[in-house]
Amino acid sequence: MTITVYVPQDSSAISVGADQVAAKLAKLDDVEIVRNGSRGLFWLEPMVEVETDLGRVAYGPVGVGDIDSLVEQDLLKGEQEHPLSLGLTEEIPFLKKQQRLTFKRAGIIDPTDLVSYQTHGGYVGLKRAITMTSQECVDEVKESGLRGRGGAAFPTGIKWQTVHDAPGKKKYIVCNADEGDSGTYADRLQMEADPFGLIEGMTIAAIAVGADKGYIYLREEYPHAHLRLNEAIEKALAANLLGDNILGSGHNFDLEVRLGAKSYICGEETALLESLEGKRGVVRAKPPLPALEGLFGKPTVVNNVLSLSTISIIFEAGAKAYADFGMGRSRGTMPFQLAGNLNQCGLVELAFGVSLNELLNDFGGGSASDKPLRAVQCGGPLGTYLPESQWGIEMDYETLAGTGGVLGHGGIVAFDSSVDMSAQARFSMEFCAEESCGKCTPCRIGATRGAETIDKIRANRDRHANIALLESLCKTMEGGSLCAMGGMTPFPVKSALEHFSEDFYKEPVSSSNAGQTTYQSSGSTTEISIDSIKKAGTSS
Amino acid sequence: MIANTKQQAVLNAIEENKNLEGPLLPILHRIQNDLGHIPSEHVGDIANALNLSRAEVHGVITFYHSFKSEAHGKHIIEVCRAESCQAKGGRAIEAAVKAKLGIDYEQTTSDGAITLEPVYCLGNCACSPAIKIDTQIYGRVTEESLSDLIDSIKAGQH
Repeated sequence: MTITVYVPQDSSAISVGADQVAAKLAKLDDVEIVRNGSRGLFWLEPMVEVETDLGRVAYGPVGVGDIDSLVEQDLLKGEQEHPLSLGLTEEIPFLKKQQRLTFKRAGIIDPTDLVSYQTHGGYVGLKRAITMTSQECVDEVKESGLRGRGGAAFPTGIKWQTVHDAPGKKKYIVCNADEGDSGTYADRLQMEADPFGLIEGMTIAAIAVGADKGYIYLREEYPHAHLRLNEAIEKALAANLLGDNILGSGHNFDLEVRLGAKSYICGEETALLESLEGKRGVVRAKPPLPALEGLFGKPTVVNNVLSLSTISIIFEAGAKAYADFGMGRSRGTMPFQLAGNLNQCGLVELAFGVSLNELLNDFGGGSASDKPLRAVQCGGPLGTYLPESQWGIEMDYETLAGTGGVLGHGGIVAFDSSVDMSAQARFSMEFCAEESCGKCTPCRIGATRGAETIDKIRANRDRHANIALLESLCKTMEGGSLCAMGGMTPFPVKSALEHFSEDFYKEPVSSSNAGQTTYQSSGSTTEISIDSIKKAGTSS
Repeated sequence: MIANTKQQAVLNAIEENKNLEGPLLPILHRIQNDLGHIPSEHVGDIANALNLSRAEVHGVITFYHSFKSEAHGKHIIEVCRAESCQAKGGRAIEAAVKAKLGIDYEQTTSDGAITLEPVYCLGNCACSPAIKIDTQIYGRVTEESLSDLIDSIKAGQH
């Protein structure tokens, strides 16, 4: 009898040796290897699963060197004596405690096996959508309460209504798959583990707003996702789930993947559209909204990977079933991504309202080092650093906004007590200087000046005056930038100053290792009159 | 001969992609893939084919970190500098790779074997710290495993 063994082809799993594990297991007799996506339990990757009568049992993290002993101890019979045994996969507490909706198929199916996708609820939603009017489709999204999962949390149904109502025959669906936020990987996991989920969601979006062309703008750093998506698109086309007259409905929809070119700012929707048009990724002023004048000037839906993937779940289960999850105005589930210095880093999909402490400790297993956790950055590189006193907060859009923070794309990066928060603040400015599109002066120039000013603070040069200057600069960037890059870079900087101010008052560090930067250290920068900058800062 | 090959690669990339909507990035990706960089002397060919100015094409090439105007080393090592990797000792990894190769970011070793580049997130944050060598991502990197990887590149085993 052939035994089915699952070894993920997820790029994180591959980065820690999954390909080598799969190759060695494939040499065993009577074994069929299925390269599934990852379940998102990344600290256990490479996680090998074996199909048994009781369900799938897991082992991990499995190295090539573990395979002989695993096989000796009857891995293929699902025996659980080996130290790497994890028991039934579904019973692993990290997974069992989750509410997986968007990620319900992740790690379970072979990502590009259409049959497997359909036996797990795939294309039920699309088949329902083609029996509905376009307005009914839009209403379904509104009723679900879904808000943009990319970070801005704008109600998806309202965006769709605007595109639906916009005049003109040519409309586009654009998927923002430029997941540049550090500490986030949910889009990548979704595209690699369940690409049809995204494709189905985009197809439903096209039917709802009357679009016939879609683009997935994928960051170049995700080559595995690129392969999976292209393979899935080809299969969907062959099965008449994309292309002309989809399932005889009269709807046409073509879908194409376009690669970015390593530019963080292209994750901003208007910069993304510029990039798709073949231009520099420079942010556009709004209005006009992309919903009215988007790609090539046409009405365009721009949604994140998770928003669009969730659409297929909403249409499968019904808007109400989805809206029953969550709290307040944050409906449904949020895929949180645990990263940084935690014992158990991975994807946690839960209804909104879970506390940060639960995520860090119950799921994350606390600090991975021998030092306690000290700071947590929530919501990507533009998110605030939260001190322990704030870890009790409930994770939903409004509660986090109330603390001056952002939930963003759901990334959570934990740091232990060895972190130097003045170096982190400096990095935020440095990153902004590196990735700014250059359109707005406070972002383009302010970020460089910000990094220099933090260098001076760290070097104890006019510390108090320079801290005041930094605060003033932050205010200017926030108020004088078109998009979140300049407008939110001050968030991590200000939160570091507010909650970890002691790190800015340490004995000076030598400039040679100040954040290990490629920028000029403070010693070689031109002296600038603090008063003149202050004046410039407060006058705008 | 080499000039002709370059020219041909550029013309092929244009021909294959010119009918797409917004063809410039796909064209540049294709050239970069084939030649490892986008030769400045052919910027004019691209501009002519798309009815753009040379300045516009140059602007796009220089805006994006991916596109290079100069040839890089035989292998590219990208080290993640973003927060999750920092939280797991990424800064020490950065220092170690620079020390081992004797170069800084955006530089190439004198034998032309390795170019070092920073990268801001590889989406491998649950297995930090992460680096990428050519197309392969490595997670849970230590200074020792990094040193072994570099040695294997130098020995021509990568």
